[in-house]
Amino acid sequence: MSTLAVQDHGVVHHEEGHEHHHDTFLTKYIFSQDHKMIAKQFLITGITMAFIAMTLSILFRIQLAYPDKTFPLLQTLLGRFAPDGRLDPNFYLSLVTIHGTIMVFFVLTAGLSGTFSNLLIPLQVGARDMASPFMNMLSYWFFFIACVIMLSSFFVQKGPASGGWTVYPPLSALPKAMPGSGEGMTLWLISMICFIGSSLMGGINYVSTVLNMRTKGMDLWKMPLTIWAFFLTAVLGVLAFPVLVAGVVLLIFDRSFGTSFYLSDIVIAGQVMPFEGGSPILFQHLFWFLGHPEVYIVIMPAMGIASEVMSVNSRKPIFGYHAMVYSLIGITVLSFIVWGHHMFVTGMNPFLGGVFMITTLIIAVPSAVKTFNWLATLWRGNIRFTPAMLFAIGMVSFFISGGLTGIFLGNAALDINLHDTYFVVAHFHLVMGSAAIFGMLCGVYHWFPKMFGRLMDTKLGFLHFWLTFIGAYLVFFPMHFMGLDGVPRRYYAFTEFESMKQWLSVNVFITWSAIIAGLAQVAFLYNFVHSIFWGEKTTQNPWQANTLEWTTPVEHIHGNWPGEIPTVYRWPYDYSKPGNDSDFIPQIIPFSQTMSSNIPSDFEDNTGGLEAQSKWSSTQKANEQVK
Amino acid sequence: MMAQIQQEDKLNLGAKKFNMWIFVFTSFMFFAALTSGFIVYSGGRGHGIHLILPHAFIYSTICILLSSVTLFVASNAAKRLQFAKQRLYLGLTLLFGVLFFIIQIYAWTLLIKMGVYFVNNNASQSFIYVFTGMHLVHIIAGLFLIGNTLKGSYNNIPQVKNLFRMEMSSIFWHFVDIIWIYLYVFLLLNQY
Repeated sequence: MSTLAVQDHGVVHHEEGHEHHHDTFLTKYIFSQDHKMIAKQFLITGITMAFIAMTLSILFRIQLAYPDKTFPLLQTLLGRFAPDGRLDPNFYLSLVTIHGTIMVFFVLTAGLSGTFSNLLIPLQVGARDMASPFMNMLSYWFFFIACVIMLSSFFVQKGPASGGWTVYPPLSALPKAMPGSGEGMTLWLISMICFIGSSLMGGINYVSTVLNMRTKGMDLWKMPLTIWAFFLTAVLGVLAFPVLVAGVVLLIFDRSFGTSFYLSDIVIAGQVMPFEGGSPILFQHLFWFLGHPEVYIVIMPAMGIASEVMSVNSRKPIFGYHAMVYSLIGITVLSFIVWGHHMFVTGMNPFLGGVFMITTLIIAVPSAVKTFNWLATLWRGNIRFTPAMLFAIGMVSFFISGGLTGIFLGNAALDINLHDTYFVVAHFHLVMGSAAIFGMLCGVYHWFPKMFGRLMDTKLGFLHFWLTFIGAYLVFFPMHFMGLDGVPRRYYAFTEFESMKQWLSVNVFITWSAIIAGLAQVAFLYNFVHSIFWGEKTTQNPWQANTLEWTTPVEHIHGNWPGEIPTVYRWPYDYSKPGNDSDFIPQIIPFSQTMSSNIPSDFEDNTGGLEAQSKWSSTQKANEQVK
Repeated sequence: MMAQIQQEDKLNLGAKKFNMWIFVFTSFMFFAALTSGFIVYSGGRGHGIHLILPHAFIYSTICILLSSVTLFVASNAAKRLQFAKQRLYLGLTLLFGVLFFIIQIYAWTLLIKMGVYFVNNNASQSFIYVFTGMHLVHIIAGLFLIGNTLKGSYNNIPQVKNLFRMEMSSIFWHFVDIIWIYLYVFLLLNQY
């Protein structure tokens, strides 16, 4: 049998196996192999990490806004990291590094993909669980260990890694280069290896489940866009993460064994080191070959979630379903041939720079197709402004405003000026930071009832949305202007430079915006925790959506569906179909039950159905004439 | 037959086998990255390997090729329910695998005698150790898989599972074999 064939999962046998299946606390909540529980574990760990990383960002924002003030409270809280109430410059670098690492990898990769791929892939393709539930559990626990190790680096003498989240050598390869290059860097590397293990195990499972375990009738072109996005994200991860492993392996050899892959001509404290002949650019190549696909690993699930939520809440089919899928595929393929645009100023051959510039700018095409389709989906829809919908629209907004600056940065000539300035910071915080976190929050609000059986509070959701939306723009928009003025990123106190003094007031403004936006997250946290226990109980299909996950009972059961897995007859976007009574037709409703709304294109590979349909319409016509 | 199919569906063996294929892809990407790293390094720095590879690598190549043949025979025997033959050839595969491992280590000692060290200012030469070393990590994993299959066969596990383990180890071991040939040819082409 072909491995790609759609399987029936031996339903009857499965059920028998689970009648006497008793979960202890340990197997149900801790070492669970149920994808729904693992999704919740990923989500809660991800949210925790997000709050930690956000707190770190507020700390370094305080330093940027008030470089001359002392805050005795900081010394109380941070001890040796903030002597006399001012952040230690090395600790500032650690904060930036760990903030970036946690946000990119632990929140927006594991927290986003881990949560929603785990929750939605089996539920939306109609499978009882993942291909390998055991590996799925391992994936979470590797992630958890990675989190613990990463955070533990705050407790070593010299502090966490501080060479930036990209860990370029030589800072990452020479333990003596700076305080953060010591044990902190070692812990960073160990943590990342666990993380990559987790990502690969998760990704392998996602790909395999989507390809092998779809229910009857669920062909690839009937899958919701969420599944397409998660699937392609997993493919990206599976192909890109091993390359980072290769880069990190060589880095570890340089660091601990004394090889010279990345190191050459190094002098530390007047002492010439024995390394020779290495190329630090090599690491950048290996890193960005992962690093660039990584930003699409971050944004594509958000795109899928936003597409699904916007279609449901506009009560309209997604505009250009096929174009949406093809543009996702296009982004997936292109993401592997653009890594050089992170390295324009490394002395790259200008011709090669030109090639990378062209491939980079081509990504604007699928991105624009997607943006156009989202806007066209909203166009004249019966929009329901649920919090999830607002966050989906917010995601599109950030994707547009952050994406536009990508065109500037992707230009090899302009990048000479803009590289390593706040312009870059503004760009990626909007286009992948804010957009992806909005996609994630959109998913949380939308699928909260599926996860916890209760609804989140709408009013608090609105408050959360508006404060975060406005806050994020107020934080990141001014950074464009700082970057254009040449303000470098990652500097401890750049306002000490005469030429950049005037940006101090802007820094104060940004910091206060960040604090307010950060406080808004407390509204979310309260809403989230409160609703888990005391939220309003949900109905089975609270958003009147078409996809399969809403056909499962509210109460979670092992194996998802109590009886047979439902068969799928139609695509997931039959909203407001003319001629139908209700404005949505779930995927499990066969065309024979919706004769009044069927259209010829519903029967593309189904001549029998088309005949039945035309017979039905001619009878209808005859009846009309009799009347 | 029907019962067997249902059994298979319940355990999701097809999907799990697919997992192995995807893992093979990730491994492939890993070695592709290492060899690309070599190309970028030696191309950019103008450092080649500058040595003739020890002949030991030819013998190890023969070993791993033979191990693939014996594994194929074992696989066929398992399908025809000839379990004694399956065990014999699995054992032979294991033997050739271990032999390969030993010869690779021996090749390292030869390299060291030639004055080609891992810690080296010409990282192209360090890359030889990285390629072979990372490949040996895969060999260890493969040996565990084959050993597990052999153990299962001795314990008379159900034929469905036996075949499943057989196929899992086959996919992985043949892949590791192909990767070695790729690495060896790559190194041969870059000797100077």
